[in-house]
Amino acid sequence: MSTIEVLEERCVGCELCIKACLYDAIEMREGIAVIKDNCTLCGACVDACKFDAIILREARREAVGVEDHRGVWIVAEQRDGDLAGVSLELLGKGRELADTLGVPLEAVLVGTGIDGLAADLIAHGADTVHVVDEPGLEHYLDEPYSNVVAEIIRRHHPEIVLTGATSIGRSLIPRVAVQIETGLTADCTGLEIDGEERLLLQTRPAFGGNIMATIVCPRHRPQMATVRHKVMRALEPDPAREGEIVAESVDPKLLESRTSFIEFVKDVTQAVNIAEADVIVSGGRGIGGPESFPMIEGLAEVLGGAVGASRAAVDAGWIPYSHQVGQTGKTVQPKLYVACGISGAVQHLVGMQSSKTIVAINKDPEAPIFKVATYGIVGDVHDVVPALTKRLARELS
Amino acid sequence: MRIVVLIKQVPDTTEVRIDRETNTLVREGVPSIINPFDTYAIEEALRIREASGEATVTVMSMGPPQVEDSLREALALGVDEAVLLSDRAFAGSDTWSTSYTLAAGIRKLPGYDVILCGKQAIDGDTAQVGPGVARLLGIPQVTYVRKLSIEDGGVATAERMMEDGYDVIRAPLPALFTVVKEINEPRLPSLKGKMKAKKAEIAVWGFDDLELDGDEIGLDGSPTRVVRIFAPEPRECGEVFEGETDETVEALARALVPILKGEAA
Repeated sequence: MSTIEVLEERCVGCELCIKACLYDAIEMREGIAVIKDNCTLCGACVDACKFDAIILREARREAVGVEDHRGVWIVAEQRDGDLAGVSLELLGKGRELADTLGVPLEAVLVGTGIDGLAADLIAHGADTVHVVDEPGLEHYLDEPYSNVVAEIIRRHHPEIVLTGATSIGRSLIPRVAVQIETGLTADCTGLEIDGEERLLLQTRPAFGGNIMATIVCPRHRPQMATVRHKVMRALEPDPAREGEIVAESVDPKLLESRTSFIEFVKDVTQAVNIAEADVIVSGGRGIGGPESFPMIEGLAEVLGGAVGASRAAVDAGWIPYSHQVGQTGKTVQPKLYVACGISGAVQHLVGMQSSKTIVAINKDPEAPIFKVATYGIVGDVHDVVPALTKRLARELS
Repeated sequence: MRIVVLIKQVPDTTEVRIDRETNTLVREGVPSIINPFDTYAIEEALRIREASGEATVTVMSMGPPQVEDSLREALALGVDEAVLLSDRAFAGSDTWSTSYTLAAGIRKLPGYDVILCGKQAIDGDTAQVGPGVARLLGIPQVTYVRKLSIEDGGVATAERMMEDGYDVIRAPLPALFTVVKEINEPRLPSLKGKMKAKKAEIAVWGFDDLELDGDEIGLDGSPTRVVRIFAPEPRECGEVFEGETDETVEALARALVPILKGEAA
């Protein structure tokens, strides 16, 4: 079992380890650092200690079959014959990783009547597409989809598998990872190869975006990660690109599902899907009431964007929960995020502060939203938003 | 019917700050809370019990001894019993080992029909443990549930949130559900509940109490490792326009147009 220990003769009581600890798991007793029960053995204190007074002894375990796994894969997501944008973005990143490693980039695509989509994946960078096209896979269901994806991964043993962090992806892939007994890192914002060991360095935000952590999966394969929409960039599609389409057959038992799909009910209040939008215009308490959301929608329409909202606006019943951005709502990362009448509570900021460009419109110059804004206007949203809509409509029409 | 709610004690991440001078996370004085999404799972369990009239709600968590505080909070809300999976050997678990250990804890219960979790925890945001537990127990799952009805005959109908609407899914029990905020409004603890929770016994199960393979738990059993922790790049200070509306709008439009046209090209 791995253990952590403070060498008392070396500890000078400088408390650097306490500052480095993310879990509040170290305290000083009589001038010596003492590690408490809630330590997670993350090793942050070991790195922080200037006196080599903390020793993490990791039980070494053999890596199993790491050498036999080759290739970079993405799990392509489709619904009703439409590929998710994030799948194409993953191919862009996957191409780079595959080229670095000198291996092919492959995709697995699951569904019913989905043949035509494989060519699109090849045009976006895939060398090979493994297609499982079987009846009963018309709609996403956890059991058959995870059984099939796990089976195809086992059959071809890639070293890396990337999946979009969508509603489907975040249900499917943890089940697959447990099934094939390997590690999984969620919501990576950076993926790089450590050349020597062919390890995938997976960087992701944690603690509500307050810190970044780089995670590896040293002795299990494949190394699996999910990535949110809009984090990676898709390649320009090249219809002339050549690739191989492999029709995979699976044991019909894998297609059995205990859950059944009844129906899909579209959210009619969402003209543009928030998760996939390049632009999001959000309204908060400062817009005054539900009657002001058409004003927000007007700007969103001109910008070709989606409508978001702060928790305050949702809790007040001005707009449905599916629009909520923030800690208890959605985490978004559009190219442009326009916050109208949103003060910028930390709970909201953690859901949108990774957006590329942030515009804040608020009458309170002290509002915390201005601290994360690329551009801001101090003014009344009821004057500024219509004027901005008009001005940008003229420019963009 | 037995309902199991899996909860996690987390630091209130909205209180966590980065010390820009030392580039470290300031955890001092940050309260530990029940993961906010898990409070909706607890509430849903209580509502199912109330509707069915004869159900037991068990709340379970894995973590260090101080997680007992969060379990007592759940008891104060009306949960029937609480189990803490706690052992030094569990320390350093990633989502794989956590799922494995929780699944072993659930197997030790006299049975289970419905397992509820929050959609994800606010410290790690992974959303991986719920599906992991479901797979290890070999039961169906429905994630991102915004509405749940348990019908006679042991079948559940759930509305699963998708990016652009929701799927209606039927699942036979036992099954695991992860829930979103929209599903309900959690109640507050009653005074009587608080008094009862104070005195309640919390079962603590360690490695020896569970059927676990020692190679699959804690840091050693975790496929993933954290190799580096660092502060995110601070955002550069932006440009804020103040003054007459037509002037500020003009200035903003000039800044935005190149960005917007760049997108179109």
